[in-house]
Parts: sequence; structure tokens; C-alpha cells
Amino acid sequence: MIDNHILAPVFVHLFAAIVQLIFWRKTITQRFISVGGSLIGLLVAMRLFSKVHQEGILTMNASDWDAPFGIVFVADLLSVTLVVLTSIAAFAVSIFSSVGLSRQRMLYGYFPIFHFLIMGLHGAFLTGDIFNLYVYFEVIIISSFVLMTLGGRKAQLEGAVKYMAMNILASTFFLTGIGILYGITGTLNMADLSFKIKDVQNQTLVGITSCFFIIGFGIKSAVFPLYYWLPSSYHTPPSAVAATFGGLLTKVGIYAMLRVFSLIFIPDDFICTLLMVLAVLTILTGAFGALIKTNIRRLFSYLIVCHIGFMMGGIAMFSKIALMGAVFYLIHDIMVKTNMFLIAGVIRQLRGTMDMEKLGGLYKEYPKISLLIALVLFSLVGIPPLSGFWPKIFLFQEAFTQHQYFFVGVLIFGSFITLFVIAKMWSKVFWKDVPENVEIEDKFASMELYRKIMMVLPVGILAAATLYIGLNAESIVKISEQIATQLIDTRPYVEAVLGN
Amino acid sequence: MKSAILQTASRYLLPILLLFSFFLLLRGHYYPGGGFVGGLVASIAFVLHSFAHGTENTMKILRYKPLSLIPIGLGISALSVVAPMIAGLPPMTGLWFEEPIPVIGMIGSALFFDIGVYLVVIGVVLTILFTISLND
Amino acid sequence: MELLLVFVIGLLYAAGVYLILRRSMVKLLLGIMLLGNGTNILIFLLGTITKGKPPVIDEAYKVFQEIYADPIPQALILTAIVISFGLTSFAIVLLKRVYALVDSDDLDDLNTPEEEDL
Repeated sequence: MIDNHILAPVFVHLFAAIVQLIFWRKTITQRFISVGGSLIGLLVAMRLFSKVHQEGILTMNASDWDAPFGIVFVADLLSVTLVVLTSIAAFAVSIFSSVGLSRQRMLYGYFPIFHFLIMGLHGAFLTGDIFNLYVYFEVIIISSFVLMTLGGRKAQLEGAVKYMAMNILASTFFLTGIGILYGITGTLNMADLSFKIKDVQNQTLVGITSCFFIIGFGIKSAVFPLYYWLPSSYHTPPSAVAATFGGLLTKVGIYAMLRVFSLIFIPDDFICTLLMVLAVLTILTGAFGALIKTNIRRLFSYLIVCHIGFMMGGIAMFSKIALMGAVFYLIHDIMVKTNMFLIAGVIRQLRGTMDMEKLGGLYKEYPKISLLIALVLFSLVGIPPLSGFWPKIFLFQEAFTQHQYFFVGVLIFGSFITLFVIAKMWSKVFWKDVPENVEIEDKFASMELYRKIMMVLPVGILAAATLYIGLNAESIVKISEQIATQLIDTRPYVEAVLGN
Repeated sequence: MKSAILQTASRYLLPILLLFSFFLLLRGHYYPGGGFVGGLVASIAFVLHSFAHGTENTMKILRYKPLSLIPIGLGISALSVVAPMIAGLPPMTGLWFEEPIPVIGMIGSALFFDIGVYLVVIGVVLTILFTISLND
Repeated sequence: MELLLVFVIGLLYAAGVYLILRRSMVKLLLGIMLLGNGTNILIFLLGTITKGKPPVIDEAYKVFQEIYADPIPQALILTAIVISFGLTSFAIVLLKRVYALVDSDDLDDLNTPEEEDL
């Protein structure tokens, strides 16, 4: 089905960014445009989702060039689900950042760049052309560099150097892979690639090319030997920025991996084993890192790494149920991880620090906010019936079926460490009394009421979304099942793009 | 850099280079050229001027901040991308006026896209160069 | 020609990796730029080089009459160059600010201890 409006979410954010650039330095106007634009983006994304859900895969040939020759945009269920989730996260973050960010940072163009970032994310999810995917990746990283350095504290710039070096390297690997892929097949359209790649004589070269993609996407999604940039940079930017990064950027890597390994390189035994080993080591290193950190945001950074391993494991097992688990976990993870960093921002406003040793007594002072945060923490840990629990069932089930007992063990270990770390954090930040000789600077208590609401509301929105995913798991399972079916059997995708 | 030759030359080169950049912009649809290259040539004209006369003087002849070119250029490009959607065509489809206009030739949405790119490139390059050179 | 390009690509990749492994920030950036250029030439090489056959259709015909150079690798390289132009200029500004702040070109000096976290 051809639908010329599937790029609407991209355009909404593009125009929001342009209008904000026109109102350069008028931060109040920018805030209204940002929240309004994100809301419109969310509505547009939901409309697209319901349309794809009812009518099946939609495509659009940019500038009316037919499929393998022009750039094609494809909205299948995986893409639109991620577009909707990104929009929800963007909406929450834009509300949060309109009060949680210093005016200094807004003056340097935080809001327009933020919308360019969201635009890049939407584009990356919707494109059906592998080089176009690269271009959107670059849009994402350039915007994220600016967001990362905004404000220019020393720690921030240091984090940005590491982030920049590793991400440019990742893009170079990705581009090299694309170059070789074009050299051996002569096409860049992912649907076209999916059957031209089978006709290539030199399958060893195809295997090597897929390794380029694993390295490129592996750096972006922070997989085991390549994740070091993440914990050394994600704790430095303001919390609103860290929330966007932590919730969305690593997940684009996972999305790209899902897309490339389901469509182009069908994983053989070697790739599956490789991905499985990487997944196991990612979970282990992430978990060990999270154990020793006392700063909340450093801890969350390692938890991101740890949970990336869960999704990698799902991809590595590459069967319908495993992919269901991976996709469901992706859905849950975007909502929760964004929220975690927003929570870190709220805690910073409440206490002026994010070091667990210096925090305490929050439950006594702010019981309602604490309970809201507890809900999110429980979802992260995966206490049934909350959202983190359901995808793990599928992952366990498939790991047992495929006799991957080691992965089962590591999954349990990872979940257990998550539980332990979060419990430790809960008791240190919320239950323990404020340690002596620590000065509290509570900016929150003296704020106007509307600011307080604007600060807690996004946490509430994302918590509600998480709760919805957990309590309405049946419909999410159904959607993930459809997505997994589309990933395993790519014929509908190819037919939608190329005709018959 | 104080050099009488460069200063005199750059005074005459600035308008010529700008004209050349405009020429590159217009011929870009079928021949080598286009918005990006044109924009680079135009910004090089200003860079040459700033080498000869100092960055402050270049900013003076520009009057407006180059940063303000970015939203204008982006806006023109984005509108020319979206415009075909009103006619029910996919975004970025080329829409052309029926009659060619003398000197310029055929005018279509692709030209507006290129003009947008041209402005964005000038804006970005000059913003970056001014930021780097003024910090010293 | 192909053989020469292969050597150039190898050289660029080797030099790029060597420079990235240095501790200096400037060399890091130079290394990244060399790697990017190596990749661009790789794409150029893999698009099968055809000499002196521009992909332009003669006015008298509607389709290509003979072998022509593939324009897509060139379009890809142009896009990649534009992107790396943006990235590099941003990186230069960033490194300059880091240098002004840390007063050192050494990447090892770039570690704020955990105690200074917010």
C-alpha cells in the first residue's frame, strides 16, 4: 500500500525545529512550540500506528522514483511501534526540559537540536534504504553531540570527546559495510538486498560484511567490548538530555540490528553464536558495573548496558518467540530507561546531588513522588505484573527450548543484579535517613506549583505508559507477536516495497 | 594578515565569487554545480575577505548574523520537500513551471531546494568559522 | 588503477587506526578523518571504476547506448563527505574548547574523578 503521508512524524519535528530556530533566543516561545510540536508529533504517530495496524505495511517512494531505484520509506509494525514510543518519550522529555533545564542551555539552542534528534530517530525507523539509514544515523549523532556539549562543563566536554570518537568510528564501520554491500549486490534498498544477497557467489565476503554491521551497530547500542564510551559519557549531560540518550539512542542500534539481521543477513550458526557470546558478556559486564557505582546516573548507565544484552540474546536466538521477547523488551526498555534518567533529574532537583551516599530520607519528605518512582523501579526490575516481567518469560522459554542453559543462567543473574542494585538504591535514597554533615539544597520545595507539576508530570506520563504495557500485556504481546512474525517472514515487507 | 595585494584583490573577488557561486547554484540541476558547491564558494568568498580585512570587518559587511540564514534556508528546503504532498504526490517529487524563464531556465521545486541548501551551507560554514576565529 | 586504489585504501586505514590509537586529541581527529577518506575511496573502488564514460544520456537517445560509470557511489561519497565535513568542523570546535578548559592535548588528562560527579 502506498501512502504519501508516512513521513508526517518526521516533518512535524523538522518544522518544529525550524520554527524554533526562527525564534532563536526567545526561550519561552520555544518551550511552547516544543511541547506543542511533540504533542502533535505524538498524535500523528498514533494515527500512523493505527493505520498500519489495520491496513498492513505502508510504503512511500520519495520523489516518485520506483522502489529499488529511489529511496523508499516503509512503515511496518516494528517501525511505527518505535515511532510511537519515541514520540511518547519525546513528549515527556520536552515537558521535563521546559522546566528542568537552565536558561543558559536553552539560549544555545537546546530545543531545536532536540527536535532534530527526534526527527532523525523517526527517519531512521521509517526508512527502507540502508544508506538513508546511515544518513539518519548521522543526523542523530550530530544532534546528540551538540546536546551532549551544551553548557560546556568540564566533565561534559570530556564525556563528549569519548562519545564523539566512538560514534564517528561506528559510523565509519557502518559506511564501510554499506560500501562493500553495494559493491557485491549493486543495490541499497533493504528489500531488494534481501534476495540479491542470496545470489552472491562469495558468501564469505557477505559474512565479513555482516561483521562490519555488528561492530557499527554494536558500538551504537553499547554491546560488550564496545560499550565503554557509554558509562563514561551518559552521566555528564543534563538529565533531560541523558533521558533522551539513555532511552532512545542505544535502542536505535538494536532496531538497526533487528532490521539488518532479519532482512539482509539471515543469521547463520556462527553469527548466532557470536551474538549470543556478546549478549552474555554484555549482561555480565553491565551488571558488575552497576554493582559498584554509587552515582545514580552512572548506575543507570551500566543498567542500560546490562539490559541491551537481554535484547541481543533475543536476536541471537533468532526464532519467533525469542524475537517476541526482544521486541517486547525493547518496547518496555524505551519507556523505562527514559523515565529513569528523568527520575535522576527529579532527585537532583530535590537534593542537589545524585550520589547515593549523600542522599536519603526522600520517602519521608515526598511520599507521593517516591511511590511514583517506586512503580517505575519495580517495572525495571520486572516484578510481575509490571512490564519488565513479561518479555523475560519469552526469553526464558526460548532459551530452554534451544538448550541455551548458560544464557538462562545469565538472564537470571542479570535480573537478580538489577533487583539487588535497585533495592540498594531504594533503601539508600528513599528509606535511609539523610546522612549527617550533608547539606541539602532542595530547589524543588521553593518552586512555583506549575513548575513542580511540569517536573513530575513527565515521570507520571511515562510511568502510566509503563503501567499500561504491564497491565495490558496481552495486547502488547499480540503486537510483538505480529512484529516477530514480520521479522521472521520478510515476504510481506519485500512485497510491499517491490510489488511482486 | 596585512597585505595590500590581498586586501585589494579580495575587494574585487568578493562580488565575482558571489556571482560565480550563484551561477553554480543555477546550473546545478543538469550540470556540475548545485546548492552545496555554490554555498561553499560563496562562503569561501567571505572567508577570503575575512583573511584580508579581519573577521570583524567581514561581520560588518554581512550586517546580519550568518546563523539567521540557517532557519531561512532550512525553511525553504523543507517547504519545497513538502509542497508536492499538497498535490497528492510523494514528498520531494519535482514540480516544474510549464514555461522556462529567460536566463534562469526551467524553474521547479528542485531549484528552491537548492536555494535552501545554498543558504544553509553559507550559514553553517560562516557560523563555524566565525566561532573558531573570534575565540582567539 | 584498482590496485593503486587498494594500496591507498590500505594505507589510509592503517594510518587512521595508528593515529586513533595515539593519546593526542588532534591525532585522534586526524585519524578519524583519514579513516573516513579511506572509506570514501573504498566505496568509489567498489562501484567499479569506468574511465571516461559519464552517466549522461546523449540528447538523441532515450537510454544509455554503452557502458557508463555508475553515478550512485559518487552520490554516496558526496553525501558522506558533506556529513564528515559537518562532523569534523564540530569536532574541531569541541576539541578546541576542551583544550582551552583542560589545557592539555593528552587524552589521559580527560578523566574527572568520580567524586566530582553531580
